[in-house]
Amino acid sequence: MLNDWLFIGVFLILAPIFPAAALLIPRLIAPRKPSPLKNQTYECGIETVGDTWVQFRVQYYIYALVFLIFDVELVFLFPWAVAFDQLPLFAVMEGVLFIMILVAGLFYAWRKGALEWM
Amino acid sequence: MGDPVTFIAQWLENLLLGWGLSPQWVTILMTIIGVAAIAIFVLLVDILLVWVERKVVARFQDRLGPNRLGPFGLIQPIADVIKLLIKEDITPIGADRIVYNLPPIIALATVLMLWAVIPLAPTIVGTDLDVGVLYVVALGALGTLGIIMAGWASNNKYALIGAFRTVAQMVSYEVPMVIAVMVPVLLAGTMGINSIVFAQSPVWYVVVAPVAALILFISAIAELGRAPFDLAEAESEIVAGFHIEYTGMKFGMFYAGELLHALTISGLVASLFLGGWRGPGAEAYPILGVVYFFMKAFFLYWAIMWIKYSLPRIRIDHMLNFNWKFLTPLALIVLIVTAILDKLFAGFPEWLYVVGMLLANLVIIWLTVQILRNRAKVERKRVAEPGPIAAPQNPSVSSTSS
Amino acid sequence: MSGLQIIFILVAALTLGAGLLAVTVRNLVHAALWLILALFGVAIFFVLLNAGFLAVAQVVVYIGAIAILMIFAIMLTQQVASYKGTQLNANWIWSAFIAVVVFAGLAWILSSWSGFSTLPPEMSARADPLRQLGSALVSPTAYVIPFEVASVLLLAALIGAIIIAWDRK
Repeated sequence: MLNDWLFIGVFLILAPIFPAAALLIPRLIAPRKPSPLKNQTYECGIETVGDTWVQFRVQYYIYALVFLIFDVELVFLFPWAVAFDQLPLFAVMEGVLFIMILVAGLFYAWRKGALEWM
Repeated sequence: MGDPVTFIAQWLENLLLGWGLSPQWVTILMTIIGVAAIAIFVLLVDILLVWVERKVVARFQDRLGPNRLGPFGLIQPIADVIKLLIKEDITPIGADRIVYNLPPIIALATVLMLWAVIPLAPTIVGTDLDVGVLYVVALGALGTLGIIMAGWASNNKYALIGAFRTVAQMVSYEVPMVIAVMVPVLLAGTMGINSIVFAQSPVWYVVVAPVAALILFISAIAELGRAPFDLAEAESEIVAGFHIEYTGMKFGMFYAGELLHALTISGLVASLFLGGWRGPGAEAYPILGVVYFFMKAFFLYWAIMWIKYSLPRIRIDHMLNFNWKFLTPLALIVLIVTAILDKLFAGFPEWLYVVGMLLANLVIIWLTVQILRNRAKVERKRVAEPGPIAAPQNPSVSSTSS
Repeated sequence: MSGLQIIFILVAALTLGAGLLAVTVRNLVHAALWLILALFGVAIFFVLLNAGFLAVAQVVVYIGAIAILMIFAIMLTQQVASYKGTQLNANWIWSAFIAVVVFAGLAWILSSWSGFSTLPPEMSARADPLRQLGSALVSPTAYVIPFEVASVLLLAALIGAIIIAWDRK
């Protein structure tokens, strides 16, 4: 079991090295002539107007919230799915009940209009 | 003879042990060699993908595509890489330097790490992690983080808007994706991806659960941010989205990561629903399994490209509605039906079980199509009603921000 | 010292350092990123404890959902990244004192606890903790009530969140 994770751990250390190496090569061979004009941020051919920190709408937050609730519930369901073949029917129905409560939440958000993009 | 990889691994292990290394160090060294082998192999495939992408899009658009460099233009991707390597790297004014430089690395590294759990053949697999499926979801979460970092650190409004759109889309479509993935987990009784492939022995899961396979495929395309769900890049609206300020090799990393991600997800769907490396003779000759696996993965990859170059971009409200009001409820219904039927059919003979599951899925498809047809009728009527043209509904409220 | 202990110390230092930076840096987005690193360190701890499921659940829920939610929340505010004021309020000396006392008390109590030196019983090689967890979650003799109550709790959280954040209608 820990051997499986040794593989993942080594991968976690090695995986960033390949793209990092590819990013280092241009440092050595590519030209570097920065100038204030060249380094301007792009904004459709005009100078940037105002602050980059545009305020975002609350809608993004709502989607993230609904997602968070679903995410937690689904993580709970995974052990249930793994143990599924040794569960009796009523235990399966308990899992289904769990999902139905989740559906109720989705239905509430839907009727409340929280899922509308405006 | 049909399993050269295991043969080489055995030989190397014996060689290292013969040098007098302790078994512990041999395990660690073998792991490092294994990881490096997988990563280098996948990166080579990635370079090939650039050629595949350009060639296939050319055929879809009735062009020839690259055909000058080498036979069939096969050397073209090498030239592309050299061009990216010698381009000047521009960091925009006001960018947060460290946070700005990390996302290209994260974008490729998270996709590379997915290959740790994808089985190429019964014996050629990084590791059959017992939480493999959730591991894939977790890496997707890290990828999302990279996109937010890129959008924020670029100091560019379009990059920020693009990043936020992407993240809203990715987190939304993760819900039906995870539910659809739960169906094979439930049928196989394990989260290890290689174990799931082993469990698909009489029939592939696409026969038992076609609706879940379709939901997974659609939400995977959205997760990839590919057309028709490419609102994050939307060239005509927000120019390129979160990677607008990235040049040269940094952009190349995002591009390579995106192509590789598409192939990786194709491989994942192939493993979960299309039997992965399964095919005649794959158990006896694992090297054949690699061929079958890549045939299936590239078929799905081609299907993703086919969809990408055929469909127009979907509107953001339609995209989110499609997810929350169609895919998610449908996926939940499929999960419940599969769970209950699997228990009810448990004592049945194999063929009856398969036919029963397939019929249930067909009934779900038929009902869905009927409901959609009614909805479309109502919607058409609503849109066709005469209304004011190009007048704001409520002039006093002016909407700000994106 | 075994390899696992070295890894543990390195990860512990990383997690603590990231946690400290998360509360001290001025830029809110940087703070969120440091917090994510700290949460990732906790996931590595779960792996070291042989709890793979908790590790991936930690990444999926905390980094994949809660961190994203926090960054969205930061983006809803305005101009916080350039906040120049002081980071301490007038009572900082008292809070520091209480924190030190609580830490010392905990350290004193735990130093006499025997749990640190006892080894957990060896798990049998064939046992599948994930399957046992799944069975226990829906078994009436184990955790079925908490399992269903958790679902209701999450439903309540969803309704509450929508009522608070979505007051247009």
